[in-house]
Amino acid sequence: MTLDKRMSAADIVGRLKSGMTLGIGGWGPRRKPMALVREILRSDLTDLTIVSYGGPDVGMLCAAGKVKKLVFAFVSLDAIPLEPWFRKAREAGAIEVLELDEGMFQWGLKAAAFGLPFLPTRVGLGTDLVELGGLKTVQSPYDDGEVMVAMPALKLDAALIHVQRADWRGNVQALGPDTYYDEWFAKAADTCFVSCEELVPAMEDSYPADAKANIFERCFVTGVTEARGGAHPTSLPPDYGWDMGWFKTYAAAAKDPGDWAAVADKMVGASEAEYIASVGGMEAVGALPLPIF
Amino acid sequence: MTTLAELCIAAVAEAFRDEREMIGTGIGPIPRLGVGLAKLTHSPGLMMTDGEAYLVEQPVPLGPRGYDDRKAAGYLPFSRFFDSAVWTGRRHAMVTPTQVDRFGQTNLSALGGTHAQPKTQMLGARGFPGNGIYHANSMFIPAHGPRVFVAGEVDRISSPGYNPARRIAGGNYSGIDLRRIVTNLCVMDFGGPDHAIRVVALHPGVAFAEVQEATGFDLIDAAQGETPLPTADQLAIIESLDPHGIRHTIFKDNPAAERSAA
Repeated sequence: MTLDKRMSAADIVGRLKSGMTLGIGGWGPRRKPMALVREILRSDLTDLTIVSYGGPDVGMLCAAGKVKKLVFAFVSLDAIPLEPWFRKAREAGAIEVLELDEGMFQWGLKAAAFGLPFLPTRVGLGTDLVELGGLKTVQSPYDDGEVMVAMPALKLDAALIHVQRADWRGNVQALGPDTYYDEWFAKAADTCFVSCEELVPAMEDSYPADAKANIFERCFVTGVTEARGGAHPTSLPPDYGWDMGWFKTYAAAAKDPGDWAAVADKMVGASEAEYIASVGGMEAVGALPLPIF
Repeated sequence: MTTLAELCIAAVAEAFRDEREMIGTGIGPIPRLGVGLAKLTHSPGLMMTDGEAYLVEQPVPLGPRGYDDRKAAGYLPFSRFFDSAVWTGRRHAMVTPTQVDRFGQTNLSALGGTHAQPKTQMLGARGFPGNGIYHANSMFIPAHGPRVFVAGEVDRISSPGYNPARRIAGGNYSGIDLRRIVTNLCVMDFGGPDHAIRVVALHPGVAFAEVQEATGFDLIDAAQGETPLPTADQLAIIESLDPHGIRHTIFKDNPAAERSAA
């Protein structure tokens, strides 16, 4: 076997197939693997089921007609609360959805990670999620006899994640104050592809002091690729903030008639190098202020 | 002159009066300022985050500041939020749903249409289902009206309430704990028969009939008088937590707390 997991973004997307279930790491407009999402947008992939704490990844894939079904708890750009292209797709009835609670969502990833069919929870009781999502209940076999929602495993064909650093074996380091549920996307997936700001030859030589930033082990990594600015326009603390100007342009483009084809070239770029250059290069990306909450 | 926004912040703080140590989350400027005020006055057990990932003992002021100005005392990222705060019941959140019904059920998901094709898609259920079944919740409604406080039921139930028709045999609903609703007109609670919603305080110059008129379901008049104005000490704390005056932008024309003073 080879442990050299280096590949290009195009190689990674070449490993994906139409109809697959893809998990996308990050949270809303934060640390999204946008370089890989852009590569999907440049490809012929279609009919995808997307599992995401949604931000512009979801909006763009919906806008481009790549999405058959979305598994979500929210889709938001934070400062622009309602993701405009997702909203458009929903109000057109263009996508199927499984709407979940944020906690149920990670619980479903954990069930998948552990190879379990479901995990029980009280979350969803008393809401419309259970009936609309076709979720079943399960009764405790112990004396309490409690009836709970059986949150089904969210098994992923592939997970896409963006981090600061990786080496060729797939040792990753994710810095910043929060890495959300990225580790559970990695473990819930049959294959996991990681883009990084910096690909190093050997993590133990380059950044041994930051080993606690290794949020999941390399056995859960199938492929790595370097993509500087790969989270843009979303944030990647402490490296760069989200690009509010970009979000405003993107949101404005969704207003009626809101033709994605007319803006896709600008929003995606013909190549990653062209895209990063079009937003001012890494100098501009690196200067984006970190968001204040 | 004390403003309606400051009156509401003080009412929010009162809603968060608690002896327990737990996370206090106020989503939006008025709720967040209210939680901060509660923490710095009568309820020091409250724990707050910087809105990102760190726990802070000094609430982070609203608006522009240096990224590293917050002084972290602890750590509570999203990646452990359900383990630590939500599913353990150690949290009280105040949120602003798009619709609320007489059972306290709320909607943040979508309006009208069908599930397959809603007329208006909103955020999605977010964490509302889990918040509602596991920990205390309150609401802040800045524009009290029948489009928010709807007749019948909300269009989509994002968080559970006290609706017997929505309960299944054997389910554990004991964690549902709806506390207060602070609006631009009044303060309400769920203290009526079968958790019916009551008006417990009217903002200065507001009559119960006006509140009822602006509500799509019957309310119980249990008003014990006017919502108390914040004290000078409270106002000073509010100012320290909102140095840019974001609270002045919440209500149109930033009205006074006492209508007669306008």
